Amino acid sequence: MSLVDASAAESLAELAAGRVSAVELTEACLAQIDAHDERVGAFLHVRREAALEEAAGIDRRRAAGESLGALAGLSVAIKDNMCLRGETTTCASRMLADFRPPYDATVVDRLRAADAVIIGKTNLDEFAMGGSTENSALGETRNPWDLGRAPGGSSGGSAAAVAARMVPLAVGSDTGGSIRQPAGLCGVTGMKPTYGRVSRRGLVAFASSLDQIGPLARTAEDAALLLEALAGHDPRDATSVPRKVPAYREGLAKPLKGLRVGIVPEQFAAGLDAQVEASVREGLRVLESLGATIREVALPHSAAGVATYYIIAPCEASSNLARYDGAHYGFRSESTEPTRDAHSREEDNPLVSMYRRTRAGGFGAEVKRRIMLGTYALSAGYYDAYYLKALRVRRLIRQDFDRAFAEVDLLAGPVTASSAFELGEKVDDPLAMYLVDLFTVGANLAGIPGISIPCGFDEGGLPIGLQLQAPPFEEECLLRAAHQFQTATDWHQRRPPL
Amino acid sequence: MALTRADVEKVALLARLSLGEDEVELLTAQLGDIVRYVDQLAELNTEGVEPLAHAVELTNVFREDEVEASLPREDALASAPRQDGECYLVPAVLGE
Repeated sequence: MSLVDASAAESLAELAAGRVSAVELTEACLAQIDAHDERVGAFLHVRREAALEEAAGIDRRRAAGESLGALAGLSVAIKDNMCLRGETTTCASRMLADFRPPYDATVVDRLRAADAVIIGKTNLDEFAMGGSTENSALGETRNPWDLGRAPGGSSGGSAAAVAARMVPLAVGSDTGGSIRQPAGLCGVTGMKPTYGRVSRRGLVAFASSLDQIGPLARTAEDAALLLEALAGHDPRDATSVPRKVPAYREGLAKPLKGLRVGIVPEQFAAGLDAQVEASVREGLRVLESLGATIREVALPHSAAGVATYYIIAPCEASSNLARYDGAHYGFRSESTEPTRDAHSREEDNPLVSMYRRTRAGGFGAEVKRRIMLGTYALSAGYYDAYYLKALRVRRLIRQDFDRAFAEVDLLAGPVTASSAFELGEKVDDPLAMYLVDLFTVGANLAGIPGISIPCGFDEGGLPIGLQLQAPPFEEECLLRAAHQFQTATDWHQRRPPL
Repeated sequence: MALTRADVEKVALLARLSLGEDEVELLTAQLGDIVRYVDQLAELNTEGVEPLAHAVELTNVFREDEVEASLPREDALASAPRQDGECYLVPAVLGE
C-alpha cells in the first residue's frame, strides 16, 4: 500500500513505530498533489516549503523523545475560508484575493497544537455560498470520480483533495450541507458537528447561526480523530459550548446492537434517483445486519427547510458581508466616478460610490444574489413576512427533530437526491442549485450533527452518500455508527480513476 | 409577490451594490423566482410559535472586564487598501 492510501489512523501507527517519517508522509501528499491537482483543482494554495519544514520539526521532536500532539505528522488541508496568519485567506473571492489575516483561526491553533502539518488551502464556492464549488472566483475544482462533474460544495476542494488521496484529512465548513454534500458526491466521510461544538473564531462568517466547522476524511475513524482535535470550548467564540470533548475514537468499537434508526418516508419519495435510493436502502440493511432496528419517523416541516434556509442564510449573509467596505481590508475600487442610477442620487457621495463600486467589483454573482435576497427580506415591510416567519418555522423544524429523536437514536437517509451533476449543469438556475440542499439544511437549522458516508456507486461510477443525523452533541453515536458501517462495507476504500 | 426592477434597484442601494443594466434584469427575474419559492412559508401556521434565532439558545456569555492585549494597530492596518499609519483612509464625505 502506498503512503497516500493509508488512513490517518494507520499512518499514526506507522509514525509512532518509526517506520515512516512526517517528512516522507508530507512528500507523498505533495507528490500526489503534483500528479493530480492540475486536473482536479482542489487547492488554491499549497504550502510546500512551510509544510515540509513543519514536518521536519515534528520528526526532530519525535527523535528527541518529546511528547507530540494527536495528529503529529499528518497532513491536513484547510478550506480557504479559515484564517491562517500572514498567509492568503481568500474565501475564493476577488474581494479577499490578497487578504492576509493578522491572526490564526482557533481551528488552526488547535491543528498546530495537535502537531498537524497544514499542507494548503482548498477551493470553495465564494464565501461558501454554493453547492458545486463553481462559484469560486479563483479556480475550478473537478470531481475526482469524473472530471466533467462538480465535486459538490461549498467545501468541494476539501472533499476532492481527500477523495484524490492528496491528504488523509481536511477541514471544511457546513452552513447548509457544505461538508456533507461534497463528501457524498466525492465518496468520502464528512461531518457537520453540533452547532457550538467547534469554534468559529477565524472562520470567515457567512451565516453565523448556521456555520459550523467539521472534518472530512476517508474513514469515520479518521473523522473522529480530526474532530477530537478541532472540538472544544473557545472563550473567544461566545457561541461555542463549554462542554467536554469525548474521546471519539475510543467509542467506535462498541457494537450497534439495539441502536434505533429512523427513516423519513418523504425522503424516499419522487425526485430521489432510483440508484441513490437502492444504495441508501442497501445501507439501511447493512445497519440492520449490524443490530440496528429501523422504523419510520415523521419530520412534518422538512419540506419547508430549503425555503426557511434561503431566507435565514441570506439575511445573515447580507449583514455579515457588510464588512467588505473597501476601507478595512480586501479589495477596493479606485474608480472616482460616482455611481449614478435612479436611486443613488439621494445618498450620492464619494464614500457611498466607493462602497458600491468596491462591492460590485469584489463579489461574484451568487454572493451578490444572496446579499440582495437577504437585504430584501430584512428591509422595511418584509422583515416580519420573511425573516421573522422563517425563524418561527425554524423552531417548528427543530421541534420535529426533537420529537423524532424521542423515538430513535439516529436518522438515516440520502445526502442528495442524485449523484454528482455535470459542471455547468445548474449554474444558470440558482433555485435548482438551492434545492440540492433539501436533505442537508435541516441539520443546520436545528443545530444537530450529521455525517455523510459512502454507501455505494451508481452505474456511471459516481459515489452515493448515506446521511446519518443525531441529536445535539451525539457525535459519538454518529461516528460509531459510521465506523461500524465501514467495518461491514468497503465503499469508502474505493479509489477514483485518476 | 412579484419583484420589480425598482425593488431591485432600491435594494441594491441598501446593500451598497452597484448593478449593471443586465444584472438588474437578471436579478429581477432570479430573485422573483426565489421569492415565489420561499413564499410557501406563508402557508404554514406559526401562530404562537416563538422565533428560533439560534439552535443553541445560550444566554448571555460574560467574562471579567479585564484589560487584555489586543490586535496591534500596525497589524490591524496592514491589510487596509489605504491607510496613513494611524487611520483607514476613505473618500471625503464632508466638503472642504
